[in-house]
Formats: sequence, C-alpha cells, structure tokens
Amino acid sequence: MDFSIFINEYQFYLAGLWTTVWLVALSLLLGLFIAVPVGLLRSSENWLIKGPAWSFMYFFRGTPLLVQLFLIYYGAAQFDLIHETWLWHYFQEAWFCALLAFTLNTGAYTAEIIRGVISTMPKSELEAAKAYGMSEGQILRRITLPNSLRRALPAYSNEIIFMIHGSAIAGIVTIVDITGAARVVNARYYAPFEAYFGAALLYMCLTFSVIFAFKKWESRYSTR
Amino acid sequence: MVELQNYSGILLEGAWLTIQVALLSLLLAVFLGLLGALAKLSHSVFFKSIGTLYTTLIRGIPDLILMLLIFFGGQVLVNNLSYNLNEWLNRLLTDFNPQHEWTAYLPDYINISPYIAGIITIGFIFGAYMAETFRGAFLAVEKGQLEAATAYGMNKYKLFLRVMFPQMMRHALPGIGNNWLVLLKTTALVSVIGLQDMVKIAGDAGGSTQQPFTFYIAIALVFLFFTSVSSLLFSWAERKYTIKTR
Repeated sequence: MDFSIFINEYQFYLAGLWTTVWLVALSLLLGLFIAVPVGLLRSSENWLIKGPAWSFMYFFRGTPLLVQLFLIYYGAAQFDLIHETWLWHYFQEAWFCALLAFTLNTGAYTAEIIRGVISTMPKSELEAAKAYGMSEGQILRRITLPNSLRRALPAYSNEIIFMIHGSAIAGIVTIVDITGAARVVNARYYAPFEAYFGAALLYMCLTFSVIFAFKKWESRYSTR
Repeated sequence: MVELQNYSGILLEGAWLTIQVALLSLLLAVFLGLLGALAKLSHSVFFKSIGTLYTTLIRGIPDLILMLLIFFGGQVLVNNLSYNLNEWLNRLLTDFNPQHEWTAYLPDYINISPYIAGIITIGFIFGAYMAETFRGAFLAVEKGQLEAATAYGMNKYKLFLRVMFPQMMRHALPGIGNNWLVLLKTTALVSVIGLQDMVKIAGDAGGSTQQPFTFYIAIALVFLFFTSVSSLLFSWAERKYTIKTR
C-alpha cells in the first residue's frame, strides 16, 4: 500500500471535500424551505391539501436517491420544454441536477420529521399557554417552536448524516466531490484501495464532526 | 411506451436481480447484526470494542465508498495477497528442493464478482444498523422474564431460543422494517459496480432509445411498488406480533 498518493493529491481531495460540503449544506438549506410548508400541508385534515404533499413525500421517500438523480440528470433532456428553452442552461449542469435531486429528497424526508413533530405536539402545553393569555405569535415562539425543535433535532441530525452519505453519488455524474476526487485519483494511479480509503477518511471526519456538533447542541437544549 | 414494452422482459429480470441482492444482503445483515449486538452487549472488553468499532465505522462511511472500496480495492488486495502467497510458497519449496519449478498454486488473477461484492457490502453496512436495532431490542426484554427462565432450570441456549429471541424479535420488528426499506433503496448502488440490475438496464435502455426519463420513471415506480408492499407486510407483521395488553 502506498499512501504517498494521498499526500501528493491532498489538495485535490480538499477541493472535493469543499464541493461535498457546499452541495450538502445548500441542499439541506433549500430542502428546509420545501419541508416546512410540505410538512404543514401534510398535517392538514383536508385531503385536497394533504394529497399533493403526501404524494410528493411518498415518491421521494420511496425511491432511491440514485434513481432520482438519474431521472433529473439524464431524463431532463427528453423534454423539449427543458431541452429547447433557457432551462437547459441549468439542466445540462451536473451540479444543478445534483442540487435539485438532493434538495427534493431531503425536503421530503425533513417534511416527514416535521409532520411527526406536529402530530405528537402535546396539546395540554398549548392549552396552558392559551390559559395564560399568550397570543398566537407568543405561543408559536415560546412553546411550539422550542418544543418541536428539541424533539426534531435528533431525527434531523440523522437526516444530515444520511445526506452526507447520500451525496457520495454526485461523484457518479462527473461532479468532483470527495467520491469524484477519489475516482479521478484512482484512474490516475490505478490504486483503488488507497484512493477510496482516503475518501472514506474524509467522509468519516465530516460525519463525526456533525455528530459531535449536534450532541453539543442537543445537550444544551435538554439541560435548560 | 412502445419502447418500454420491448424492454419489459429484461427490466423484469433486473427487478428480480434487485430483489435477490436485497434479500441475500438482508440475510447477511441480520446475521451480522445479531453477532454485532451480542458483541456490544457482552462483558468482554475485546468483543465490546470490536462491536463498537464496527457500528461506529459504518456510520461514518457512505455506502457507495464502501462498495467501491470492497469491489475495486478488494480486487487489488486479493490479487496482491495471492501473488505474494504464490511467491512465498515457491520460495519455501525451492529452499527444500532446489530443482523445484515455479508453479502458480493460487490463480494469479481472481475476479471478484459484482454480485458477491454488492451483497457483502450491503450486508456489512446494514449489519451495523441491525446491530443497533437488536441491541436496543435485547435490552428491552424484561429482566424478570430471564430470571424466571433461569428459575425454571433452562440452560443458556434454551433461555436464548425460548425466551430472549422471540421477545427480542418483537421489539426489533419496527427497526428491522425501517432498515429493510433503506436497504432496498441502497441496492440501486450495485449498478455502479457493473451489476445488471434494474437501474443499469434502465440506463442502457434509456440511452439506446433516447428516452431515459421513461425508463427511469418506470423503475422508480417499481421501487415504489417494492417499498409499498414491504411497508404493508411489516405493518401487518407488527400488528400480528404486538403484545396484546388487556
């Protein structure tokens, strides 16, 4: 085994790490903007409102992320509406397709977390707040949000880790993220073990930093 | 749509391969998961740390990277090993008998099949998640039950088979169901190491007919069908095996 490859190419790996980080972070952020309204709609009693949110979540949670990425990256060209218009400018870019697929995917999973938190919201706390004469806004800020955030955090930290792991497939569609960097290094030196071992180490650092950060945050929430 | 019909036979074969890979990996995962859980719960520091190392490492590495590592890296590792073993054996024999001619005792090129590599990788990954599920389930079995079994004079194995295992499975069922759903979707990755599963076939067919969207949406629906049937089965099983409280 020859780990000098990893030392020679560390800048390339670091560039890959940066791509993974911004791709995942941006997907998670944009995914939240989808997840909050979808999760709220999904909690509605009315099937006309609940239905579309349910179908969106059902599709994106029931199919592999790889298929969703291929559907967007390879499948988009099949439609003249995309292929012949300004949209193609974006859909021909691998990073855009990956960002879109990851955002929709994490949006669906996070919406499920939000739905779960809403459906298990303790009613008595809301009633107590109302009895104290708090306004709707005060109840949301003082009771609903802190309570649901605390209960959603463990599930959401899992979602972030799943997203970091899932983002490895971006390397398949020509993006030079950590996996992409490892693939290029492997092609250059034909040293698959060393190349992918380096990638595994970087992913491990990333995952464990996230786990550590969330542990800290959760402990702060629970002690207060 | 016509193209989809032309390819339906081969797509179904791919779907069957996906199910095979998923079920065989599940089998391996349950086996490794039980071992992992027992290791984590054992009193020996050695086994405990191996179990913890296993479940922690897997949580840190993406499934795709692990698959590429085992498939491509394993290939190189196995070949180097067999090359070195060959050389060593021949050197040893030449020491005893100078007239010895060089022979390849082990094949100098061993091909790891993507089928086996896929199953081993997925089984290995989900073994770690299963270990966590089983560990929690073992701990959820009431202590009094085990004490009662000991009081009845059951030995260790009878206690495990008759009291511990059946009750543990009941607690583990929801977790196993979740892991299975994730595992099923992870099998899509075997297309990356060249296995002719649903995803690979859809990609090839989509390329040659220039209708990639049609084919990918078709297999997405097949995956949706698999996951839906699985969740129905698991919720049925959970209802059947829940502890009926009066």
